[in-house]
Amino acid sequence: MAVEALGSAHRVKVAPWNDPVIRGWVFQIVVVGLVAGLAWYLVSNTIDNLNRQKIASGFDYLGREAGFEIGDSMIEYSPASTYARAIWVGILNTLRVAVLGIFLSTILGTLIGVGRLSPNWLLNKICVWYVEAFRNVPLLLWLFLFYKLISEAFPGPKQALSALWGSMFLSNRGLYFPVPMADPIHKWMGVALLIGIAGAVALHRWAKKRQEATGQPFPSILAGFGVALGVPFVVWLLGGAPHHLSWPELKGFNFEGGTVIQPEFTALLLGLVLYSSAFIAEIVRSGILALHKGQSEAAAALGLSRGQSMRLVLLPQALRVIVPPMTSQYLNITKNSSLAIAIGYPDLVASINVTINQTGQAIENILLIMAAYLSVSLSISAFMNWYNKRIALTER
Amino acid sequence: MRNISMAAAIGLTAAVVANAATAGTVLDTVKARGALVCGVGTGTAGFMLADSQGKWVGLDVDVCRAVAAALFGDAEKVKFVPLSSQQRFTALQSGEVDMLSNNTTETLTRDTALGLDFTAVTYYDGQGFLVNKKLGVKSAKELNGATVCVAPGTTTELNLADYFRANKMTFKPVVIEKVDEVRAAFFSGRCDVYTNDSSSLYATRTANVPPPAKPEDFIVLPEIISKEPLAPAVRHGDNQFADIVRWSQYAMVEAEEYGITSKNVDEMTKSDNPTIKRILGVTPGMGKALGVDEKWVYNIIKQVGNYGESFDRNVGMGSPLKIERGLNNLWTKGGLQYAPPIR
Repeated sequence: MAVEALGSAHRVKVAPWNDPVIRGWVFQIVVVGLVAGLAWYLVSNTIDNLNRQKIASGFDYLGREAGFEIGDSMIEYSPASTYARAIWVGILNTLRVAVLGIFLSTILGTLIGVGRLSPNWLLNKICVWYVEAFRNVPLLLWLFLFYKLISEAFPGPKQALSALWGSMFLSNRGLYFPVPMADPIHKWMGVALLIGIAGAVALHRWAKKRQEATGQPFPSILAGFGVALGVPFVVWLLGGAPHHLSWPELKGFNFEGGTVIQPEFTALLLGLVLYSSAFIAEIVRSGILALHKGQSEAAAALGLSRGQSMRLVLLPQALRVIVPPMTSQYLNITKNSSLAIAIGYPDLVASINVTINQTGQAIENILLIMAAYLSVSLSISAFMNWYNKRIALTER
Repeated sequence: MRNISMAAAIGLTAAVVANAATAGTVLDTVKARGALVCGVGTGTAGFMLADSQGKWVGLDVDVCRAVAAALFGDAEKVKFVPLSSQQRFTALQSGEVDMLSNNTTETLTRDTALGLDFTAVTYYDGQGFLVNKKLGVKSAKELNGATVCVAPGTTTELNLADYFRANKMTFKPVVIEKVDEVRAAFFSGRCDVYTNDSSSLYATRTANVPPPAKPEDFIVLPEIISKEPLAPAVRHGDNQFADIVRWSQYAMVEAEEYGITSKNVDEMTKSDNPTIKRILGVTPGMGKALGVDEKWVYNIIKQVGNYGESFDRNVGMGSPLKIERGLNNLWTKGGLQYAPPIR
């Protein structure tokens, strides 16, 4: 029988259960069905049980009054605001520390990474020790250390250290400094800044094209800064140059007026930047070392200085190696910012945790927090992938 | 800690799912396990604190022990799980613990939307403010503009915001998850004020002031800005288990009212007083009605003591906290502790 079946398989159409195409489809449908069934089972059971235990469910709570205060907010917020707004404050706080953290640790990390390749013995060793110290101790401990240092080492507000003729005050409540009084012109200056930046980018492109065509260099970077900052300045002048400042003043317990960088934010940013830059330094170093020695020799042969050869020849090529691992570092910085809760910076996790506790709706809130981190992370990845494609070697 | 609450939430999902398959009661689960799992706080002197031998002691801990004594006849058959203020409800909802005895304030939202049931009030508390004497503040009304240290996810956090709103004052909160870190921030001067239930403030002042500062350097302001009835909580739905927890508490209060203590409980079994005979199970019936051993009150009092003894030993005059009985005195002595009759 078996021999007969095997022999005939070549000539006769196979039975459907032996057809690899049909089999493939059937397996896939079964797997998808099982996953969907499991998901349905989990969801319906959860809802069922929440109802049975009389635990509230749904997202209605987002519109209710939150009732708790948040210590550090970039937007208008009071205990009378809604839970949705409290969570939004948390998201903005997370983004603020993540964006600044990514920006600063990239700069510092690149400097340290290049420093590790320096022939200068002292600079080299400092960079080596920096990397080893920060890479090998958990971030949480650094955060505790920085927070303790700030809150224990600086004096209270009444004995605050003042600098710059009493305009800035440093205490364990943070760094207070004067800011311009709120004025309607500020919104237009923001718009002008965006226009200025767009102008600077256009100028840079034009300069590049002209140099490629005629060989005439143009200081487009300096001029670009001029354009980007000049446009808002002109708008400010047109708006009557409002120059009143809000000064910090000691009133009662604390300083009032001006603005403040709070210790929690400082400690978190410091921890994130110093810790992540150690990793970024290693990525940058490996990127540069991945280049063939001939590249730097050729640059030297062309008469470029060390700085020029680094900036014009080596780094642009190293970027191709650097960017993909850098993406994961950026994601790490964003996610590590959630350690904020240990030192009291009101980030997304803090807002959500309080909301969970006051509403008891853990599942909904955990879904929200996951969605928020996922969208931030995916945005960073998408941007970095776009950038990676742009700088990739174009083969001609 | 973030991971723990995350894990707890995932655990909640898992446990809620698992519950569907085996919808047994809490009581059956506890009995089958042979031990009570009790969620307590991470450490407040007098209420719940692991001592130098690792043994949990405190007023809230005694409630767990009393329930174990009623259920198993052995007050030591309790496993204590320390939970932060943010973890506690999820842990209870998910079945990670059988009950909370965690200085938790009973509120409408918690009783309803969170799916919990509160039993009897262990301690009538109210929220207060702890400040350094050097500030020269005499009243909470003078706290406008202050920086306030507070634990997250508590009624305290909400009352604080309400109080300042009602009095048209502003404040800056510093909110850190671990209560130890909140206290550390306060003592380092990061905040002007530490706010919590006033019992906890006394406990903090007694036990947590870092040297060289002394407890006398700090004062609790006279204003009590809220009602904080602290009560154990169980999951909504198992009424018999809730009854056992509730009546274990009442038994301790009732015993104090009738003068039954851990010292004289053996003599009391020979008493002619019909009420005492009923309480101690000499006249049977009460234990059967509750679904526990007839000697349940005897076991509680013998092994844990009555409410007055527990109060005195943990937070009262026999302890470093030296908190007055005040509202927590028996109703016969002008307080609010009033147990329905065991009959």
